[in-house]
Amino acid sequence: MNLSGWREFWEEFRESKSGIFGAALTLLLILVALFAPLISPQNPYDLTQLFLEDSNLAPKWTLGKFMLGSDGQGRDLYSAILYGLRVSLYVGLSSTAISAIFGTLMGLLAGYMGGKTDAIIMRIADIQLSFPAILIALVIMSLWGQGLFKIIIAISVVTWVFYARTARGSTLSEREKDYVDSARAAGMTSSAIMLREVLPNIVAPIIVIGTVRVANSIILESTLSFLGLGVPITEPSLGSLIYEGYQVLFSGFWWSSVLPGLALMGIVLGVNLLGDRLRDVLNPRLKR
Amino acid sequence: MLGYLLRRILQSIVVLLCVSVVVFFIMYLSGDPVEMLLPPEATQQEVEDLRSYLGLDKPFHIQYLTFLKNALHGDLGKSFVFNKPALSLIVERIPATMELAVCAILLSLIIGLPAGMYAAVKPESWLARNIMSGSLLGISLPVFWLGIILVLVFSVILGWLPSSGRGQTEAVFGIRLGLLTLDGLKHLILPALTIAVFHLALIVRLVRSGMQEVLLQDFIKFLKAKGLSANKVVYVHALKNILIPIVTITGMQLGHVIAFAVVTESIFAWPGMGKLVIDSIHGLDRPVVLAYLLIISLMFVFLNFLVDVVYTFLDPRIRLK
Repeated sequence: MNLSGWREFWEEFRESKSGIFGAALTLLLILVALFAPLISPQNPYDLTQLFLEDSNLAPKWTLGKFMLGSDGQGRDLYSAILYGLRVSLYVGLSSTAISAIFGTLMGLLAGYMGGKTDAIIMRIADIQLSFPAILIALVIMSLWGQGLFKIIIAISVVTWVFYARTARGSTLSEREKDYVDSARAAGMTSSAIMLREVLPNIVAPIIVIGTVRVANSIILESTLSFLGLGVPITEPSLGSLIYEGYQVLFSGFWWSSVLPGLALMGIVLGVNLLGDRLRDVLNPRLKR
Repeated sequence: MLGYLLRRILQSIVVLLCVSVVVFFIMYLSGDPVEMLLPPEATQQEVEDLRSYLGLDKPFHIQYLTFLKNALHGDLGKSFVFNKPALSLIVERIPATMELAVCAILLSLIIGLPAGMYAAVKPESWLARNIMSGSLLGISLPVFWLGIILVLVFSVILGWLPSSGRGQTEAVFGIRLGLLTLDGLKHLILPALTIAVFHLALIVRLVRSGMQEVLLQDFIKFLKAKGLSANKVVYVHALKNILIPIVTITGMQLGHVIAFAVVTESIFAWPGMGKLVIDSIHGLDRPVVLAYLLIISLMFVFLNFLVDVVYTFLDPRIRLK
């Protein structure tokens, strides 16, 4: 997109207050997560900084250490949430990137090649789609055990289908266009036509889906971590923090499950609003 | 029609076979359960004996075929933990999960259909705006966290509703249901609500967008011109036209709710399949996990099948081929 294209996009995007709010919230939480080591009062991974007598302190609501209270291990909850947000975003973004790339390539291949390739890839996708994502991810994680890299792969395995379907649909219509014929007549190989000619033309809907899916991936990760099948306890995500907080809920220590959940809801809501708006602005169907 | 049914059944069997091979293969790769079953001081001989007793010394395809043969006879192996047949362990927990899932789906339909239709008919009204922002909040709330908040408010702070278990159940035709006793109903409210909120939000959004598209079509204008009351046009004629996507989503959602029960049941200690499988995963109880996956695949294949058949009743234009 050139400069005026971007300006036009922005002019349209900012018409919706909820879209702006979503974008701002997402950006804020990403920045906060990125700079967590600089702004958090404590390094929650450093066990030498934790003291048991600090455990389950109620929120002070004043700036500084324990402003949001502490968890069962004496961790400053504010710091733990910042670091947890970092883990959740890291898993959400990288699994989305991996599955978007893999899924798009698969869809491109299926749509462009057609025939048996198409049938095999899309049949696998159909079978996978008839089972809920959480179940497949649960099976993978239960066999592999916890791990940051493992959960990223598990979520990617579960979500590539959405991109493959969209990419295939767009490729099918692009394939019939003249520019593909002329590229073929000029003697380009199939893989070159797919990657250099067709791919740039099908990228927009993939980006829209990707934005919306980030929110789903974050929820999926936190759910698995809540069940004890996600990230390792040494690097807790928001989901694992909520799980730990739930263990002490009945003792009246409500903050250590409620507050990480608010952060989780914030990021998911922000990304959902942003994604909705992007879909409205970029969707060519609504622009007629 | 008959040909279609036969083909679909054949297809379903192939899917189930594929699932069983994949699941069995992953289980096979995931290592040897013998070391967990025996105490650490067991001798090499004891390890070998147990391994050959369980058939784990045979090659993969023999193990799979034995498993398949037993499965077709209704024998999915014995739970390592409970020392009971895995199949019956799961089957006896199905009513609890189904009760939860069906109540949650009904709840979300009863509220979601009218709310979504209202939001489509009067999009600018105050209530419609609130319905739509509420639905956005609903799909952004992590289900397990919502469950915790409900427990916090209604059990810990207010003390109105119990937070775990199923309460008193009543046997109906040999199936134990909690719906019929006050205690069982009280136990059902929180977990059912937890599941319903997300689906409610989804249904509201789906109904609203579907309705908005239908209301622009010519036949609606025609019906209005013919003098039908606005209510009848919306709640009878327009509604009929959005039923198909709603049936699809509801059918698929029922499946998702059953799968997602894993989460809700863990929070509320609801004695259903989901809780069993999470406990079995943590307890490395391989036969139960395997049996659960097969049974749930069977359910999914059946649900997809059912959704397709219901289509033809709703829209005679769809021909099953």
